[in-house]
Amino acid sequence: MKLLTHNMLTSHVKGVIKGYPLIIKATEVKVNELEFNGQFVSRMIPKLEWSALIQAAGWLGQSQDLPSTLIPDYENDEEFLRKVHRILLEVEVIEGCLQCPESGREFPISKGVPNMLLNEDE
Amino acid sequence: MALHCGRACRQYLLHLAHDNVDFRLPVRTVNLQFTQTFSPFWQLNGLSEDDIRSVMSRTVCGKSAFELWGHGTTIDELRTSLLEYPAENMAPYLQQNSTYKINVYTFNKTLVFKDRIEKIDALDFLPFKGTVNLKDPEHIFCLLEDYGSDPNDIPEEPFHMYFGRWIADGQRELIRSYSVKKRHFIGNTSMDAGLSFIMANHAKVKADDLVYDPFVGTGSLLVACSRFGAYVCGTDIDYNTIHGIGKASRKNQKWRGPDENIRANLRQYGTESLYVDVMVSDASKTVWRKNAQFDAIVTDPPYGIRESTRRTGSHKDIIKPPEDFSGESHVPVSMAYHLSDIFADLLNFAAHHLVLGGRLVYWLPIYRPEYCEEMVPLHPCLTLTNNCEQTLSSHTSRRLITMEKIKEPEDSDRLAHLADPRFTPYQGHNSFREKYFCGLTKKNGKDSKATPKNKD
Repeated sequence: MKLLTHNMLTSHVKGVIKGYPLIIKATEVKVNELEFNGQFVSRMIPKLEWSALIQAAGWLGQSQDLPSTLIPDYENDEEFLRKVHRILLEVEVIEGCLQCPESGREFPISKGVPNMLLNEDE
Repeated sequence: MALHCGRACRQYLLHLAHDNVDFRLPVRTVNLQFTQTFSPFWQLNGLSEDDIRSVMSRTVCGKSAFELWGHGTTIDELRTSLLEYPAENMAPYLQQNSTYKINVYTFNKTLVFKDRIEKIDALDFLPFKGTVNLKDPEHIFCLLEDYGSDPNDIPEEPFHMYFGRWIADGQRELIRSYSVKKRHFIGNTSMDAGLSFIMANHAKVKADDLVYDPFVGTGSLLVACSRFGAYVCGTDIDYNTIHGIGKASRKNQKWRGPDENIRANLRQYGTESLYVDVMVSDASKTVWRKNAQFDAIVTDPPYGIRESTRRTGSHKDIIKPPEDFSGESHVPVSMAYHLSDIFADLLNFAAHHLVLGGRLVYWLPIYRPEYCEEMVPLHPCLTLTNNCEQTLSSHTSRRLITMEKIKEPEDSDRLAHLADPRFTPYQGHNSFREKYFCGLTKKNGKDSKATPKNKD
């Protein structure tokens, strides 16, 4: 699971109000080297919940001194965009789980794939 | 018909492949003017050469595009038309030091070599000054002849003749190179390559878009979208398909191999870097936060025929878990996911999770004897832009629906269905399964009632 996806996921456990962001508990993390695409990163940044992204990067030990609030004029800061590209797309949680911050319910991640299914009674 | 204005006003001819006829759609439909919808030749106005090239770089329906220099219903009309075409528009391509060749293409007729040469010779009134080079010419021209669409009644002379300068070919090669037959990971309902690209085009998928498929299966639609440079993600309720395990769909193969999953498919075509994620998830219980938005949603929801329609949750008629239930990870009890709910949920999801101007493209199964346009589900935030039919049998078909998001959802939209019956869930389609099987048994002349394997 990549942090771009994680940034958009929320807990859908019945009755939960503050289900975002899901807490990441990773037991295996992989970093792939991908070709840098600044265009895509610039397009995605406005759609992200920035503080959730920084928090997630922290859980995975990948903070890389990214700012806690978005800098203005980021489109022209290639160094910044490269860092964002890395945490959005290159860092992957292979094994672990996502935990609902309110109910504590855990969604397993196996082989990089989160299983978000709830049981019939949830 | 004579063209006096500059480059922007030239006429172009699109030569289309004679399949998926109902799905032909240039990426920009500007001032389309064509003699017959089903003709393989379309004359286009109001586009520039760049527009044409851009269309041809994506289309799997278009074979070739030409700058149209003349046309007519007889050779004399063609000649007149060509003589009226401004010489200054022709001149750059007929230079003395250039090379060229002329092709002859005949639709619905085969010509012997001698006849083709004769037709080329008949064009020598045109001021060609360059030298012929059949192997690697700088400019290619084409004489195209339309002998109608009845293979049993081929006329002596063509109905239409066109002459033009070749600009570009379409992407029909993708149908072969992306064929599902050669794909590493397939399932029972993997979308064929041609249709996947058509869907990506209807959705206007482009580079650096983020595309989502909520019924991703084996990822065929994501493969096509990634070809156009989009980043892709998908979800599916079926754990085994997402993980690429369980029984194989190929004839001689029993179980799926280790490299069979959606990511491997993208890797096969060199687009693994565009793979974002796939997840096991129930499309009826969205996992995305408010304001999570995609540029396009391209999907083929289950019709309940070859893949069952399922959702999580309890119901008194509990369906047993699938046979290939892996046991390692809990696969919750499934209940029937009524087709009408699938589409209502899908449209509602699209209204909330598409960017403004973003598109939803999906297949809607139809029982033909009862179909009317009012059955196509609507939503106040989406506008219907395309509705193309693919016949599956005498009584069933599926329609490729394209909708574009025109406004953000407001609270009042949730009550819209009370005001307008067209916003209510797609009625009567819950029994699509029964009608599908019922039609088959009637056709076979048996009088047994339809007994689908698992009830919808």
